[in-house]
Amino acid sequence: MDPLSIALVGVLSISIGFLLASDKGRRGLELALRSLWLHKLRSFLSMLGIIIGTSAVIILMSFGEGSEKDVLDDIKRLGTTNIIVRSVKPPEDANSNMRQRVATYGLTYDDMDFFKTIPSITRMVPMRIFPQETRRGARGHNSRVVATTPQYAEVNELVAGQGRFLNEEDEAQMNNVCVLGSETAKSLFPFEDPIDTSVKLGQFAYVVVGVLTDRMPTGGTGGSQAAEDFNHDIYIPLSTSRGRFGDRIMIRAAGSRSMEKVDMHQITITVQDIDKVRPVGSMIREMLSETKRHPRQDWALTVPLDRLELVERTKANIRQSLGIYASISLLVGGIGIMNVMLATVTERTREVGIRRALGAKRSDITFQFLVETMVQTGIGGILGVGFGCAYVFVHALLHSMPQFAFLFQQGSPSPILHLPSITWSLTTAVGVGVIFGIYPAMRAAHMDPIEALRHV
Amino acid sequence: MANEVLELEGINKFYTESLHVLKGIDLTVREGEFIALMGPSGSGKSTLLNILGCLDKPTNGGYFLGGQDVSSMSDSQLSSIRSRYLGFIFQQYNLLPQYTVVENIEVPLIYQGIRLDSSTKKRCEALAELVGLGHRLDHRPMQLSGGQQQRVAIARSLVNKPQLILADEPTGNLDSKTSLEIMVMLSRLNEMGKTIIMVTHENDIAGWARRIVRMRDGNIESDEANEPWPLPEGAPELPVHLLEGAA
Ligand SMILES: Nc1ncnc2c1ncn2[C@@H]1O[C@H](COP(=O)(O)OP(=O)(O)O)[C@@H](O)[C@H]1O
Ligand SMILES: [Mg+2]
Repeated sequence: MDPLSIALVGVLSISIGFLLASDKGRRGLELALRSLWLHKLRSFLSMLGIIIGTSAVIILMSFGEGSEKDVLDDIKRLGTTNIIVRSVKPPEDANSNMRQRVATYGLTYDDMDFFKTIPSITRMVPMRIFPQETRRGARGHNSRVVATTPQYAEVNELVAGQGRFLNEEDEAQMNNVCVLGSETAKSLFPFEDPIDTSVKLGQFAYVVVGVLTDRMPTGGTGGSQAAEDFNHDIYIPLSTSRGRFGDRIMIRAAGSRSMEKVDMHQITITVQDIDKVRPVGSMIREMLSETKRHPRQDWALTVPLDRLELVERTKANIRQSLGIYASISLLVGGIGIMNVMLATVTERTREVGIRRALGAKRSDITFQFLVETMVQTGIGGILGVGFGCAYVFVHALLHSMPQFAFLFQQGSPSPILHLPSITWSLTTAVGVGVIFGIYPAMRAAHMDPIEALRHV
Repeated sequence: MANEVLELEGINKFYTESLHVLKGIDLTVREGEFIALMGPSGSGKSTLLNILGCLDKPTNGGYFLGGQDVSSMSDSQLSSIRSRYLGFIFQQYNLLPQYTVVENIEVPLIYQGIRLDSSTKKRCEALAELVGLGHRLDHRPMQLSGGQQQRVAIARSLVNKPQLILADEPTGNLDSKTSLEIMVMLSRLNEMGKTIIMVTHENDIAGWARRIVRMRDGNIESDEANEPWPLPEGAPELPVHLLEGAA
């Protein structure tokens, strides 16, 4: 709970306590509830503005919360201290009609050695990725072959469910070993234990030393970072891949074949702490921008941390527009309530006269009508909160059930109840009651008792 | 002689410069009196009663209620005087429609700042019983006849143990049989020592009072003692024992 909410809850409960502690307060509250109940439809209609305002605030804030969590989870998965550099096939190569031409592009071992001169970097995990069918006897699986170093598992938080991940020895000795993603393992070994058996990639066999546990795929990062589904991967040591496959990779796609020469498809660079992420990021960007290294733009750099800033900015935007929206709807709601209260005061002119004759002071009358308006807006607020929470709950529930997936856009966020907005909107609703109730209440209080008594 | 409850000295009331409604009224009311204020329509009875009831202020003149000068008091001081010293009975009963009989009787206590608890509730129930509505405690005004409503109003006017009860045409909306009941009740209360000032234009009703003040054009035309009607045979006694400490 934020301190503002705590303060607001405090103020609310103190004022309710005061109301309940005094006779006038209890009577006022009771009377307010009675007249509310007496005019159910009218009260409901006059509260509608407040109900819509409060529930809208809660629903929108909860969606904000939900999408923020999605993004934060993503960033966490990609690593807040990571910088991701990828090789990108330059457009002129992609459009080329020439077959069999070897497309050479992307990050090189040379680049990687150069990055090593940056002191804040604690870890660099290079990877080569190529699609290739993995075979086990008669079974095959279209997997993504990832050739990488042992630290890959740490960076991507991969856990070996069985056996182990690649280790330094595999890398140093170019061992013919592999680790299977969970889906790859399931499809190749429906019945057997894969550990210590072998699978074939191309013409070479690799011994399976580990199988990974299931892992949630990461979301795509605005085009610069592809979504990754680790479950269909097969991992081999980077050194082994250079030895076995050479520097060139054959890509088969839509009936055409193409050759690529790419040293590595991606390097995940980890920096020692969060403050260094941006400076190192720009250093790397500068290095790669040197035209003699990469005359064409054949690389892309992603700093997951940058997305945090985007999230913060979006959140601030949401808050601002929400503030305007909420103010307008509460203003409209308040005017609606004031209108009804003015009518109520006129309707109950005689009651005011009677109470004044029986000894009510002006302040008593003001208090009574003010409590009545506050109860109306308060109940409106509570109904709004109830509706908002119910909506958030139901939406989140349906969102989590696969059979209702058709209702939602792919990747749309699931709302998470934003608790502070409940207290804000509730106190604002009661506050609207005070602001818009004060005029009708004063008007009632300043009636001449004799004339009020004559009123029919 | 009994103590003075109130004294008016040269009370004038102008609604506009040319509309002089009360023209130098002098009046002394003593404890235990039952006064009927009579006069033709427009003679200023209601205006005088409103001033006596601290609902209106005289343009000039002195009004002393229980020894205090109330003619110069503020609105909130007057409210407090009303809640402490005065009881009102209106022609239109003027009960609060949302409240039950007992709750209506309680209202003056709330504005006196008295804490409502089981003892005040008991007292209000005793008052309801006093006026013969002990079996209607939870009824709302809509469910009662005019006479019953007026009896609730009488009970309400007693709850703050007022020094003075003001009644503006209390039987104006009632048939003659019910009027008689109400007048018997007021007479009984007067016998118990309550001071009552009642506006009426009916001689029959005024005949219950012990003093009759006649007004004309904003002046007091006559002010004389009256031998009140004898209580009818078999007129119900008020269960005064209920009032021990209640009114
Ligand atoms: N609020 C007012 N404004 C102007 N004139 C009033 C007002 N109240 C009463 N009057 C006038 O004062 C006079 C006395 O009225 P009122 O005291 O009601 O008489 P009564 O009760 O004896 O019929 C009448 O002429 C009436 O028109
Ligand atoms: Mg009159």
